[in-house]
Amino acid sequence: MNEYISSKKRERIDKIFKFSIYIITFTILIPLFLIFGFIITNGIKNISIEFLIKNPVPVGETGGGILNALIGTFILIILSSVLAIPFGITAGIYLSENSNKKYAQYISTFVDVFQGIPSIVLGIIAYVWIVLPVKKFSALSGAVALSIMMLPTIIKATEETLKMIPYSLKEAAYSLGVPYHRTILKVILPAAFSGILSGTLVSIGRISGETAPLLFTAFGSNLLEWNIFKPMNSLPLLIFNYAKSPYPEWHELAWSASLVLITIVFLFNLLASIGEKKWKIKF
Amino acid sequence: MEDQILTIRNLNAYFGDFHAVKNVNMTVYKNTITAIMGPSGCGKTTLIRCINRLHELTEGAYTTGEIYLKNNNILSMNPIIIRRQIGMVFQKPNPFPTMSIYDNVIAGYKINGIKMDKTEMDTIVENALKKAALWDEVKDKLKQKGAFLSGGQQQRLCIARAIAMKPEIILLDEPTSALDPKSTLKIEELLEELKKDITILIVTHNIAQAARISDYTAFMYLGELIEYDKSDKMFTNPSNPKTNEYLKGCFG
Amino acid sequence: MLESAINEAKQKVVEYSIFAEKMIEKAIKGLLEKNRELLEEVINEDENQANRREIDIENQGITIIARFSPKAKELRTILMILKMNNDLERICDHAVDIAESALYLIERPQLKPFIDIPRMSTLTMQMLSDAIDSFIEEDPSKANEVVKKDDIIDDFRDQILRELITYMSTDMNTIERALRILNIARHLERIADLSTNICEDVIYMVEGRNIKHHFTLMEDKED
Repeated sequence: MNEYISSKKRERIDKIFKFSIYIITFTILIPLFLIFGFIITNGIKNISIEFLIKNPVPVGETGGGILNALIGTFILIILSSVLAIPFGITAGIYLSENSNKKYAQYISTFVDVFQGIPSIVLGIIAYVWIVLPVKKFSALSGAVALSIMMLPTIIKATEETLKMIPYSLKEAAYSLGVPYHRTILKVILPAAFSGILSGTLVSIGRISGETAPLLFTAFGSNLLEWNIFKPMNSLPLLIFNYAKSPYPEWHELAWSASLVLITIVFLFNLLASIGEKKWKIKF
Repeated sequence: MEDQILTIRNLNAYFGDFHAVKNVNMTVYKNTITAIMGPSGCGKTTLIRCINRLHELTEGAYTTGEIYLKNNNILSMNPIIIRRQIGMVFQKPNPFPTMSIYDNVIAGYKINGIKMDKTEMDTIVENALKKAALWDEVKDKLKQKGAFLSGGQQQRLCIARAIAMKPEIILLDEPTSALDPKSTLKIEELLEELKKDITILIVTHNIAQAARISDYTAFMYLGELIEYDKSDKMFTNPSNPKTNEYLKGCFG
Repeated sequence: MLESAINEAKQKVVEYSIFAEKMIEKAIKGLLEKNRELLEEVINEDENQANRREIDIENQGITIIARFSPKAKELRTILMILKMNNDLERICDHAVDIAESALYLIERPQLKPFIDIPRMSTLTMQMLSDAIDSFIEEDPSKANEVVKKDDIIDDFRDQILRELITYMSTDMNTIERALRILNIARHLERIADLSTNICEDVIYMVEGRNIKHHFTLMEDKED
């Protein structure tokens, strides 16, 4: 009899266990919601259409918006995507196609390590490689730093998705006399579309909030700038500059800009999960 | 006697050091169903994968010998060309998941970038689906994805995809082993009909299936072709005692 | 596939039975019309052909079993075809025996006018063709009819025997001829028996019920 806990006691332990799981999870959520709440309550009051479509104004003047940073952020995102996606997908294909080769395995490990490099280091690298030689801050150099940040995520997403695709699909194409390159481009990549898409969107979400790599590259600007060879503002830079300024009005603007930035990041992540579900292919 | 379409001479296939197919000689006759049976790992699948040159895609795999399609040695031709003349259907139905039923059937042309006008494509798709006994079931949903079909339908879709290329031969690698008996029967009936146009080589570990549908049967064991004869003879009076043992169910 | 193979075998066995019927008919006709050529045809040519047909059907039946492993009704049908094939071969043998006895009889003065033999042979051939019909139509009631007629054939044979005994007991010279006639009657009776066999097989094929030797299964007795 001693070996068995009575059923009543067992039920009580079960209940306590379940209850503590709820409590602990809830406890973790509290700071998360506090942060959101804090940003929303501080940021919401300055949010208006004006805020989104006007450029910043000098200290002392009221009003002013974040249009230049918003546009800068999107230009940087597009630019770094254009740079990172082709290389990322190609590298991902290489890794999954040669997954049994030593060489590819080393590269794969290297990519994992790469993911852990602090973003500021990448910023410095872009600074040394691009900004110093041409002696000019530019959006392009910022995009290079960001695209290097995007690469590991895209490579990994591509590699993992491609590895999930059964060999039988490739065989199906081969058996129809389809050459290797067409098999990859017309059969394998479309089948992996959802995974690659969501990997890319997640990586965009990640870089859109990055400040450090942009400090020595895109640098920031108070003007609305379209030229990618000139310094350009972005939301995180704007927040960084406003937040460390001594003016309370700018602090308020920084809160509002944070709210906008968080919304953008959230949207990218939402798109990633919607896209993944929508185009997901089951094998 | 029927016309010869495929002649295999001294064929050996290897996976690295492993000798999977040992010195096989056989002749396949036009417009017949030839079944290749044998226990698992006897090299039957490897044998047919040599015929459309899929075998050599495995790392370390190679072949020696000759396989003549009519008068051309397959093993010295461009594999891309060969694979368009010799279709293949696999054990597990593998329609292209991103493509509609229509696109799946025409895939051999489309992915290969062969241009043709819409009416020509329509005709090819309709004919192939009719031959694969799938037309009536899918004619109203050609734009839907192939992955929504049942397993048996998917396999017939794969057959349609293979025959849309108008191949001389189709190779089937245990095409019904993943299907229920009803779908199996349907595919067997369809093969019987198909052999009027196309020569069929089918690998099966199902003795009953080989017996039911084939005109000729080959029995392979441990990489060797033990016996190859008309099915009527193989299943009533095989020459080799090993064949008899296998049919009795003693091994395999 | 199985179906078409069975149908082909069925077709062959039906052709074979028609052939057997013709053989009996020829043998009896040869006897009644004293047609030596007809009888020799039965003995020399038809028998070979009958044997060839038997072997052909047997091979086909075995092939069907080996290749399709038929079950249930298809299995019963193919077994039935093989048994019928056997029966038919024996029927043909009996026809040849009849022709041989007839060959002896037509060389010699007629013992008595043939009255019962033609009647008996007509009925026998009727039974055989009905048996085949019941097989083609898969009609057990028709088969049952044939089975019942077997008694009439037995009566015919007994009747012929009694009649011949009177001849034999009055004149020793008639004995050999009488025995030959009796032989023909016996062969006809055997043919009728084999036709009955076929009918019993038809009932087994259609209903899966064995009525041979008045044998009934335990379950059948209960209800």
